[in-house]
Amino acid sequence: MQATQHFLSGLWPEPLRLILFLVGILSFVGLNAAYLVWVERKGAARFQRRPGPTEVGYAGLLQPIADAAKLMSKQLIVPAGVDATLFRIAPLLMMSPVLMSLAVIPWGQSVAARSLNVGLLMIFAFGSINVMAIMLGGWSSRNKYAIISAARVVSQNVAYEIPMLLVVITMIMVTGTMNLSEIVTQQAGAFWHWNIFRVWINPLMPVTFLIFFTCMLAETNRAPFDMAEAESELVAGAYTEYSGMGFGVFFMAEYANILLGCALATVLFLGGWQSPIGHLLGDGQSTLGILIGVFWFFVKMYFLVFSVVWIRWTFPRTQFYGLLNLSWKILIPVSLVTLILSSVMIKLFHQ
Amino acid sequence: MKNSLKEIATGFNSLITGMRITIGQFFKPNVTVQYPHESLKMPERFRGHIELVRNPETGKAVCFACKLCERACPSDCITVDGAKLDGAKKKSVTQYVLDFTKCSLCGSCVEACRDGAIRYSHEYNLASTNKEDYIMDLFKRLEDERLAAEARGEIVPTPAQLVAQVSPPASGIVGQASSPAGSPGVPPGAAPTPATTLKPLQAEAPKPDQPQPTPPAAPK
Repeated sequence: MQATQHFLSGLWPEPLRLILFLVGILSFVGLNAAYLVWVERKGAARFQRRPGPTEVGYAGLLQPIADAAKLMSKQLIVPAGVDATLFRIAPLLMMSPVLMSLAVIPWGQSVAARSLNVGLLMIFAFGSINVMAIMLGGWSSRNKYAIISAARVVSQNVAYEIPMLLVVITMIMVTGTMNLSEIVTQQAGAFWHWNIFRVWINPLMPVTFLIFFTCMLAETNRAPFDMAEAESELVAGAYTEYSGMGFGVFFMAEYANILLGCALATVLFLGGWQSPIGHLLGDGQSTLGILIGVFWFFVKMYFLVFSVVWIRWTFPRTQFYGLLNLSWKILIPVSLVTLILSSVMIKLFHQ
Repeated sequence: MKNSLKEIATGFNSLITGMRITIGQFFKPNVTVQYPHESLKMPERFRGHIELVRNPETGKAVCFACKLCERACPSDCITVDGAKLDGAKKKSVTQYVLDFTKCSLCGSCVEACRDGAIRYSHEYNLASTNKEDYIMDLFKRLEDERLAAEARGEIVPTPAQLVAQVSPPASGIVGQASSPAGSPGVPPGAAPTPATTLKPLQAEAPKPDQPQPTPPAAPK
């Protein structure tokens, strides 16, 4: 445990603060999952030059609530012959690691539920669980489409875990810490201090960011790597047999994963809560400074989320061998090169 | 090595190009029409089901029940009936039933009409679950339209007035000579267009003592 000064820590005792963060993160994830669907639909519509949802509430803003009410009112059907326990556990197993991982994300200066020294390690440890969740969901539903999709997901995630971890190792070498708050603190100052622009440590830093982002898309099963629920090929992929909130939780977890991925990319590469133009108001330590930091964090994170939507509606789904080729033939060699390059650079110039 | 690097570069470049195109579309205006809230205006020469043309001077149908359209129709979906009004020289239409369930919108009736008395309407919202909705009395529609316009306060000559107009001079219903679309060779869309507007009809003082002639029964 690191003894950083926590935001709000003076106001509430530790257990209360934790409950506050827990409720905060849960509601944040729930709201985001709901409204990212809206963003996705609106974004898709704009990219195709149509208005998107407009009927429920102003500009369709109540649409996610209507969808949620519909999903909740439906029965979670457990088909005959499936492994009922695993079938029910799988959505929860997909959701809980994301919630756990969000606990270590620093949303602002000392605004983190838990500022762990091994925060990055914890995120990747939990991040591997949701592969298993999809696998279990697909396998336990006793459906050929679900099993094919689950097999695809596993091979895809294994393939993309490697370049992602290589990139993360590069970042750990560059920053010298696994504490996310620490990583952000190192990037203080204007935008050229962010890790993505620190080309004097590693000239390939922007490429590193692109690799991380690509792997993040693949890990969260987003288009163009959405093999898990290739709607046009595999019904609904691993979620074929799910109905009601079983499906709803899978869906929420998918968006929560995107959120986590974008938050992590923001922390690792885009300077987290650091303002791109330096501190204009306060020194970043006052309450106002912290809130401005949170604002910048959200700006960067939602820009990445928007990019995810943008990418989805630009590129068609890759073929499966294309996906594996991209990982094994391009991303892994390039990420190895950046790893070696930055270790050499650090050894020679930055020790 | 060199080739694969080149491949990566060109591939990345193509990705960037694609994303630039989509973000360009993102900021352009919508191209869709939100149908129940707004609908497209049909072009002038849209060929919907037929409708009767109104004589702009009298407000009544130009048609005088010559039945050429009835004969021209290949699927027998038109039934026309006419009667001579008191004092009129020619017959005027009293019933014009279009059975739209049989109509194939071939347009033979419009071509056959020598007086430009029928034309294509711009109606296209014709969905219904009731078959009777497609058997339409076009004459009754025309009259209903006129009555509705009257109810809105727009001044439209009543049948009584029409008769009054018609009888002394040989104009009005009978005065087809003034109609520009006499020749059958006129293209369908070019049928007398201003006839639909009800507003600029003559505002004559009503003659209350004139009997209101009901459309007489079809003479047999």
